[in-house]
Amino acid sequence: MAAIWAVGEVADGAPTRLTLELATLARQLAEAGGGEARTLLIGTGAATAAEEAARYGPPVLAVEADTSASPAPQVVAPRLAALVEQHSPDFLLIGASNDGKDICGMLHGLTGLPVLYNGAGVGWADGGPRVEMSTFGGKLVTQSAFASDRGLILVRPASVSAEKAPAAGSVESVEVSVESELPAVRVVDRVAEVAASAPIEEARIIVGGGRGVGTPDGFRLIEELAAALGGAVGATRAVVDAGWIGYGQQIGQTGKIVKPALYVACGISGAIQHKVGVQTAGTIVAINRDAEAPIAEFADLVVVGDLFEIVPRLTAAIRARKSGGG
Amino acid sequence: MNIVVLLKGVPVVGTERLTNELLTDRSVALEANGNDEYTLEKALKLTEAHGGDVTLLTVGPANAADALRKALAMGAARAVHVVDDALNGSDMVATVNVLAAALKKLEFDLVFAGADTSDGQGGVVGAALAVKLGLPYLSYASEVEPTDGGVRIRRISLTGYDVLEAPTPALVMGTQLLGEPRYPSLRGIMQARSKPIEQWSLADLGIDASTVGTGAATTKALDADKPPERAGATFIRETPEVAAAQVVDFLASRRLI
Repeated sequence: MAAIWAVGEVADGAPTRLTLELATLARQLAEAGGGEARTLLIGTGAATAAEEAARYGPPVLAVEADTSASPAPQVVAPRLAALVEQHSPDFLLIGASNDGKDICGMLHGLTGLPVLYNGAGVGWADGGPRVEMSTFGGKLVTQSAFASDRGLILVRPASVSAEKAPAAGSVESVEVSVESELPAVRVVDRVAEVAASAPIEEARIIVGGGRGVGTPDGFRLIEELAAALGGAVGATRAVVDAGWIGYGQQIGQTGKIVKPALYVACGISGAIQHKVGVQTAGTIVAINRDAEAPIAEFADLVVVGDLFEIVPRLTAAIRARKSGGG
Repeated sequence: MNIVVLLKGVPVVGTERLTNELLTDRSVALEANGNDEYTLEKALKLTEAHGGDVTLLTVGPANAADALRKALAMGAARAVHVVDDALNGSDMVATVNVLAAALKKLEFDLVFAGADTSDGQGGVVGAALAVKLGLPYLSYASEVEPTDGGVRIRRISLTGYDVLEAPTPALVMGTQLLGEPRYPSLRGIMQARSKPIEQWSLADLGIDASTVGTGAATTKALDADKPPERAGATFIRETPEVAAAQVVDFLASRRLI
């Protein structure tokens, strides 16, 4: 009977949305494979976050650990490794956030467990997890499995939707002693940047702006449309390089890979480096002057025209519809 | 300050394909992985400002030398190319072991790794290597600077950045924010021709060939398919008012607003 762990993350005393997705996935896999699921939360506020995480089904193992003085993965990985040593789970689902990827790499270094990364979906077949990967930026969909019967799986945000379980799991707080910590890295300062935008990884709707937006002022139109839709703002690399918005909002090959239900691409040509970051979005609407731009090849709806004319009217029409209760 | 930059030769973005065994086909033209060029640029700037030099390290087929040659033209002093037929089909686990063995033979203050590769998109090699080598690991760097006996970086966070410090030697995983990579100058290209690319085999590293390559892979690709085709775009060519109204109707029909 396989033991499947969802490795969660705690932010401000709450589980991240990705954590809830992983807990849901672990429960589904355990049901499919006749196994046992568990959610692990390690860090400052883990015990508080555990209550919410438990609503998604698997029993939660919470480990309070101070993540204020070191980067969280530094603290989480050795504790997780100690728990893996103690309980020998078969498969661990880890979220493919920045911290999650660090935790996964460190855990591989500590335990030697193999890794399947870039998971866009996880099913159960032939007695083990079958990981669907969006390969080469979505050009191919591949299915992979472990050669052995244990391993770590990095799962991308929005691979599964978080669903509460009929009955909440139990919560257990445990202490973990770590024989040797990882080489020390100190956090000497945490700096909040003034205009940090809503994160795109977990956004249901993203409005993206590209070079066609022209100026930082033009980019305000994108932000207003995103606000009207209740979505986050994304951007191409050109816009980030120009300094109109932070790197955290960059979609694409050297930025983030996202999977929103709706992506509205404004003034974005759809170069391959951007396409790989967003082509698995549910619905893609492009607003572009050039009907022949590459984005038309993977969009569902292409509005041909001047975004400076169209975007403000679209923003107004959406606001009107929403305030009209429609 | 001596820096080893890990640099992977990857297929040109958009041209990637799989072999019959469902592995990334690396017999095609390879270029330096985009994220590795950002860390290389930062490494060059740091050594220009503080002394020392940059060594490139890659594990890959013979044609990965093309990516190394360009990086040498950008200003790296030398390159180490771990190349061995037995490495074909190696997975991340084997690659990390080979990189760790190679790094043990090199002297450095810092190792730089890119945030991920365009062909694998794993993003776990840096962390795994740091743990295996017992090095402090500082990741998602947007800025790197030396301190007295150590290194300080800015690590991107959800709300801004964290300032991290650790003693050297250390491993730093960097992002695009480290800076736009330079173009090799004509002089750089000429000089690169005489810069050494040292080739190391598995035997040179004391690695048993049976622990790497396809046979030792810890994961297996079972199937590959094209993703479901999008239906093809509908085009709206109307006045802005009409277009906006039609988009709203479209979004409403898909329950997106």
